[in-house]
Amino acid sequence: MKLRDIAHARAGDKGNTANISVIAFRAEDYPHLVRHVTAERVKAHFSGLVRGVVARYEMPNIEALNFVLQEALGGGVTRSLALDPHGKSLSSAILEMDIPER
Amino acid sequence: MKTIRIGCGAGYAGDRIEPAVELAEKGEIRYLVFECLAERTIALALQARRRDPAKGFDELLGKRMAAVLPACRERGIKIITNMGAANPLGALEAVRKTAKQLGIRGLKLAAVTGDDVLDLILRENPIIVETGERVSGLKDRLVSANAYLGAEPLCEALQKGADVVITGRVADPSLFLAPLMFEFGWSRDDWNRLGQGTVVGHLLECAGQVTGGYFADPGLKDVHDLARLGFPIAEVAEDGSAVITKVKGSGGRVTPATCKEQLLYEIHDPSQYITPDVVADFTGVTIEASGGDAVTVRGGRGCPRTDSLKACIGCLDGYIGEGQISYGGAGAVARAKLARDIVLERLEIAGVRYDEIRTELIGVDALHGQNIPRDRGEPYEVRLRVAGRTRTHDEALRIGNEVETLYTNGPAGGGGATKAVREVIAMLSALIPRSLIKTTLHIEEI
Repeated sequence: MKLRDIAHARAGDKGNTANISVIAFRAEDYPHLVRHVTAERVKAHFSGLVRGVVARYEMPNIEALNFVLQEALGGGVTRSLALDPHGKSLSSAILEMDIPER
Repeated sequence: MKTIRIGCGAGYAGDRIEPAVELAEKGEIRYLVFECLAERTIALALQARRRDPAKGFDELLGKRMAAVLPACRERGIKIITNMGAANPLGALEAVRKTAKQLGIRGLKLAAVTGDDVLDLILRENPIIVETGERVSGLKDRLVSANAYLGAEPLCEALQKGADVVITGRVADPSLFLAPLMFEFGWSRDDWNRLGQGTVVGHLLECAGQVTGGYFADPGLKDVHDLARLGFPIAEVAEDGSAVITKVKGSGGRVTPATCKEQLLYEIHDPSQYITPDVVADFTGVTIEASGGDAVTVRGGRGCPRTDSLKACIGCLDGYIGEGQISYGGAGAVARAKLARDIVLERLEIAGVRYDEIRTELIGVDALHGQNIPRDRGEPYEVRLRVAGRTRTHDEALRIGNEVETLYTNGPAGGGGATKAVREVIAMLSALIPRSLIKTTLHIEEI
């Protein structure tokens, strides 16, 4: 199963740091996200793309996880050579993650 | 029970203009806020002002004001905007001219200055957060320094009866918090209300991003009528709780899902969202559908504000040169890869020095490299992109030129070459004691 099957996501930027929210479509799937979409797994998913630390913040109040990816935007929006310097398309990339069936 | 309706008429400098007109005419709003100032925009604006002292504010200011002033005047809607960029007083003058052309009189225009801290940081020489070095190390590369101001000076402008409030650098949510503090008389140390007000501001500040923009994914998350996307309205109560909605009949949708995505947009630790006004805590926020494009948001909290303000510092950082060219049909990827190798060799032969270079095949690996799992089928067409950061304009130019010369010197069937050079202004930041920053309010009646 892909993460995309049970969650949606949005990416934002601040300097060279990207954040990606991962939000359960249905509240009952939130514990599944907490269990399987860990900071370690996200870091591995983005290996080669994200050089720094990946931190995860839990938001049970809105059934969401927030990932903060350091050194993820090629030096920052204003000086990055990337085609997508804001990393806006990272939300679609995280949803490609494989996760176990519920 | 008193409620205040605030609309957001723009979420970035180039945003659509008509949705703000729709809000002014049909939104039954009391305030219309335009957030148009990205980090880098102010450094560019300052450069424009140095070339021409009458410039340095948002280039669309006149157009936006001409579009909304008649409806705002008629309905008594107050306008708040950071379109002053690097020249709030010049912007005030421009609004005065626009109002005159429209035959509008009896307006009080206000401009807030004091965010420009270039002289201050030259004197104080603070440490740059990103590099750990002193500002003095930037030498003549330093372009601009602007402190993020909070809601207070805007609040003061409203207290003095301003109909239009123009600022430079102000924290985005503070543009929305100011009218709430003013209307409800929230004190500047009512941290929980300021925290919840900041939640409301944060949800509104990117305009269409909370009403269905940046959200649609056909078949999974459908949004109707994005070509006529309605911009958001928050109907806020005295305790800060708010209903997020939009003009009836406009495009887009407001659902808990759109609000959740926007709540976490550009957020790091959601329990500590630092603004000049408050350290807001989003971890108690609840988001509930209230039926028909209406979502109730409450539960934001806050802790005391910090003693320092963040200043964003713009500095020159060389140039970026870029070139692109497309290949199609069988073997397209192989020809694009050959083209890439040729360009890199040419740059070496020409002795072009670069600090960093990046080559990618658009359609294959440009966005996320090779690491994200995907089907490995070869695309029908690809586009080579070569981008490099250089110290000189000439060297940046050479990168695009070496892609363009692939037309007659490169692999078969290369088409649609483009090239570009831009000056890089990198954004850094420093913390400055709050007590050193003085703001000034300018008011003009027309």
